[in-house]
Amino acid sequence: MDLDALIGCVTSASCVVTQTTSGLIVGMLLFLVAAGLTLIFGVLKIVNFAHGTFYMLGAYLAYTVFAVTGSYVLGVLGGGLGMAVFGVIFERFLISRVYGANVLMQLLICYAVVLICDDLVKIVWGPDFYAMGMPPAFQVPPLFIAGGVVPPFYLVLISAALVIGGALGLGLGLTRMGKIIRAAAVNPDMVSALGINTTLLYSLVFAVGGMLAGLAGGLAAPVRSLTPGMGFSVLIESFIVTVIGGMGSIAGALIAAVVLGLIRSFGTIGFPLFTDGLMYIAMIIILVVKPSGLFGKEIV
Amino acid sequence: MSVPTRSHTLRDIMIGCLVIAALAAIPFLLPSKAFQDFVIRCSSMALFATSLNLLVGYTGLSSFGHGLFYGLGTYSFALLMQKTGLPLPAAFVLTLLLTAATAVVVGAICIRLRLIYFAFVTLAMQMLAHSIVISWVGLTGGDQGLQGGIPRRVVAGIDLGNQYHLYIFSAVLLVIGLLLMRHIVSTSFGTSLRMIRDNEVRAAFLGIVVWRVKLTVFVLAAVFAAVGGIVMSLFVSGAYPELINWPISGDAIFAIVLGGVGSFLGPTVGASILLLLNDVVTRQTEYYGLALGIIILLFALGLRRGLLDFITQRLGGRPAGGIS
Repeated sequence: MDLDALIGCVTSASCVVTQTTSGLIVGMLLFLVAAGLTLIFGVLKIVNFAHGTFYMLGAYLAYTVFAVTGSYVLGVLGGGLGMAVFGVIFERFLISRVYGANVLMQLLICYAVVLICDDLVKIVWGPDFYAMGMPPAFQVPPLFIAGGVVPPFYLVLISAALVIGGALGLGLGLTRMGKIIRAAAVNPDMVSALGINTTLLYSLVFAVGGMLAGLAGGLAAPVRSLTPGMGFSVLIESFIVTVIGGMGSIAGALIAAVVLGLIRSFGTIGFPLFTDGLMYIAMIIILVVKPSGLFGKEIV
Repeated sequence: MSVPTRSHTLRDIMIGCLVIAALAAIPFLLPSKAFQDFVIRCSSMALFATSLNLLVGYTGLSSFGHGLFYGLGTYSFALLMQKTGLPLPAAFVLTLLLTAATAVVVGAICIRLRLIYFAFVTLAMQMLAHSIVISWVGLTGGDQGLQGGIPRRVVAGIDLGNQYHLYIFSAVLLVIGLLLMRHIVSTSFGTSLRMIRDNEVRAAFLGIVVWRVKLTVFVLAAVFAAVGGIVMSLFVSGAYPELINWPISGDAIFAIVLGGVGSFLGPTVGASILLLLNDVVTRQTEYYGLALGIIILLFALGLRRGLLDFITQRLGGRPAGGIS
């Protein structure tokens, strides 16, 4: 524990800027993963334990597409689209068989997929760390804001995540499909009785959830090292986000993700070894005070 | 789920004694160190998995963080043996008391939460404990684990440093633990557990104080998990962060789903299968996860229930409760 360092950082503008930016990056990427998780839970009442794997595969796909085409944008899109397809396959062939089964059975299926994909990644890409590196277009000198160092790429990442999150919010709020998804979260039987194909709808929800995780993985690829098993910490963190924000609430996920990102980035200064512990404590406190999470009432 | 009566209890004790006698004799017929290691690890895992099934199968509490108490058992026992001069039985009892006290606090926070939230807060509690173990390097050795071995292992002529003695000791602990848990689920308390699992509201109407029953079973399950942890601590001569990390809870869940939540011995069978798989697969391939994952999928999608539940249903028994 190093409280002096933490106080020193909080009182210095440059340190606050640097840590806030890195906290926002962590938070926004986490939000994309958690938004998919909470969407899937909201509509299907399934806790997708394999969601971190979507993120990992998205990052690896983006890496490969980037290596082949040299385009970072194509890489990110490739990761997102690839995971949308993967999400549909995962839903159709595995998860749809355990709808209505005990949560442990669903957990076990996801756990199996996590184990299989981690090893498949080892077979296809090898067990070593990969570093994608900053795309050439962004290899420019960092900006200095109030003395804090902010690479322009970080701002691009944050705004890209904001745009994707905004598109998701608008899509759910304003489009007909968004209305159907929100209705299915409240009463799937009624939606089905009204003649809407819920089987297709569930696949679509998994496609959107998978795409969000894949996009997050692709966006994160230049600033994270890629390794088999990288999905797990993201999974646990995005769970904490969904639980703190309230399972099924996308607005809650956004707030919780940003708070968690900031806890992480400032926590590394004050409590270098106990950063993870801080997140769990935050989650426990929230759940003890308000067991349904910050925005638990609201469904999507 | 059959409910044992008094004559059943007697029968169970007889079977337990026979199992111990058989296990005691096996090393003389088949001197295999690997087999003894297997039984020791299996005893530890089976105690842990069966204790989790008290929560999952009997009470309907899906805990994802039961490994907290298993890990707490390993760490507090190893620490008590290393840092204090207490004799082994005292450290054993103190470890169980410490675990029970922790379980009261954790349980008081968790049991009022509903299904999915209960699962995640228990998981978060375990991850918090794991973070503490990792960051408190001075006490726990951090991510290197608690090294330096476990001293004073000779108790009343039994030398737990000797593999054969530890083997018998583990088997005896397993049998006693299973008998005690079997007894717990056969009492009226056990009936209350099943009633809460099947219909919590109705149980409350019938005068069962639901939170008290849930908290009691949470603490009992934690204590049995800690016994499993102590066996593991003796086996590895210390404690390691992996023993308190989340996959250990995943292993226990896997073991009970594999063996069957509806049968009392399901988790024990599941634990044996899991460890066997572990040993066989790691010898055959470096892609352990790939093989294990495929096996899990075959089990979960093929049988759709644990092995023992599957067999009892095939033999014409009535469908077991719990997961289906």
